[in-house]
Amino acid sequence: MTTTAVPTRTQAPAERLPGAWGLGFQRGLLEIKQFFRQRDQVVFTFSFPVVFLFLFASIFHDDVHGSGVTASQLYVPAMMASGIMSTSFQSLGISIAVERDEKVLRRLRGTPMPPAAYFLGKIWLVLFTGIVETAILLLVGTGFYGVDLPTDASRWFDFAWIFVLGLTGCSLLGIAISSVPKSAKSASSVVVLPFLVLQFISGVYISIDTIPGWMLDIGALFPLKWLCQGLRGVFLPDSARVLEQAGSWEFGRIALVLGAWCVGGLVLCLLTFRWKDRRTG
Amino acid sequence: MTAHANELAVDVRGLRKQYGDVTAVDGIDLGIRRGEVFGLLGPNGAGKSTTVEILQGNRDRDGGEVSVLGSDPATGTRAWRSRVGIVWQDESAPAELTVRETVRHFARYYPRPRDPEEVIGLVGLEAKADSRVKGLSGGQRRRLDVALGVIGDPELLLLDEPTTGFDPAARRQFWDLIRLLSDEGTTIVLTTHYLEEAEALADRLAVVAKGRVVAEGEPGALRERYGTGATVRWTEADGSPREEHTDTPTRTVAELTGRFDGEIPGLLVTRPTLEDVYLRLTGQEDAR
Repeated sequence: MTTTAVPTRTQAPAERLPGAWGLGFQRGLLEIKQFFRQRDQVVFTFSFPVVFLFLFASIFHDDVHGSGVTASQLYVPAMMASGIMSTSFQSLGISIAVERDEKVLRRLRGTPMPPAAYFLGKIWLVLFTGIVETAILLLVGTGFYGVDLPTDASRWFDFAWIFVLGLTGCSLLGIAISSVPKSAKSASSVVVLPFLVLQFISGVYISIDTIPGWMLDIGALFPLKWLCQGLRGVFLPDSARVLEQAGSWEFGRIALVLGAWCVGGLVLCLLTFRWKDRRTG
Repeated sequence: MTAHANELAVDVRGLRKQYGDVTAVDGIDLGIRRGEVFGLLGPNGAGKSTTVEILQGNRDRDGGEVSVLGSDPATGTRAWRSRVGIVWQDESAPAELTVRETVRHFARYYPRPRDPEEVIGLVGLEAKADSRVKGLSGGQRRRLDVALGVIGDPELLLLDEPTTGFDPAARRQFWDLIRLLSDEGTTIVLTTHYLEEAEALADRLAVVAKGRVVAEGEPGALRERYGTGATVRWTEADGSPREEHTDTPTRTVAELTGRFDGEIPGLLVTRPTLEDVYLRLTGQEDAR
């Protein structure tokens, strides 16, 4: 086969390269393993929305006029939405910026790993932590704050698509914002500020009927407001619809906006994602 | 395959790279043969890291032709990346995983990886295989980086200052690893500012200064070509040291023998070392 003294290598056939789905799953396992080994991060991530739920739902617990629900009940879906966004948008926005700064991305780019496997791994991580987070909040909400689980199968179906679309949209937005911070040091400030503002104007901390209309209109441009609204629709009685801006849950519109964010977020990621830091040209 | 064996592993012509007003690489040509260990030697800022990063496909170039294993690294496919191993200047393995988990995971990316256990042994991390990366010393992390560079069983291994931060024993062990890989037919390109390392490992060297190749060849040949003359040192009767640079050291010593009538105090005749040649070539003679 060869006439040279030096043993030469032959090129591996391209079809034998490992596939993106399988590697994505392996990366997901690795991401989850890494996540749970950082004990402080685990505690912080999962307890943050629970602590806020406890604070808000304990401080504000009166009946909300004419809606048939208490303020405590309102805070349960609100904090679930916030928890979904924090495990997706916030954690990805910060962790990817850090991985870029610490050259983890560059190293991966130097291997034959398909880029899609990296994102699939992140999605597995977010899905896993998002489900755990939501389950904890649901447990606290039903146990202590008078929220009832839906008995209707179609409500559970609504819950499933709202969860998936909301998580996906927020994840993509998180991946997109990870390209904004110049370094790992500035990552958390860059990501947390917009998240905090969105929580105020989307009906997480402040009840939707208290926020000025123009602020709600800005909030309505982003997925968090629709995620909150959808989860209220799933977990609150229909009498609470009077609090909504439109006087109804608007499930169709929620699907439309969250779906649009999934598509738009994907485009945004594809256009802006950087494997290298800004110092590398 | 014969076609592969005859083609250059790395073929660079007229490579240029600017960072703003600074020209980092100013027309570098390199022809690196398959199976060769090639050293890029130069002081910090000479452009050798930039050059290697361009070969890795991790930096855009401003001009010139580059072919690495027959492909332009700027448009390297997954199949191409699976044939090129990279050891970076700065370590970047995930901190929370163990050495074994990391090496095993990276092996999954490649179509025909080496055995992870074997690779952990090759870099001398058996005792640390189950330690978290964050608990490793700097030198151990660098060795893990080397493991990740070779796990895919690359045809070409690009190393950017691989032994920075190694203790002498680890450096020797690393050299043995490079020789082993070279014996297996891996083409190796490494940058270093350790002359000793270049001389010990490289079949051929390119000395880079100010973005250009100022000399190229086998280490011995470089010394022959650029290291002409010798230095004769001795001590005068009044105790003052003297030195003379000459092309005819024997004649100088003969003259001194006559003058001192017997032993010459402090006599030392030295030929230029590769280091002298290197410092002269890179314009750093005054740094000594």
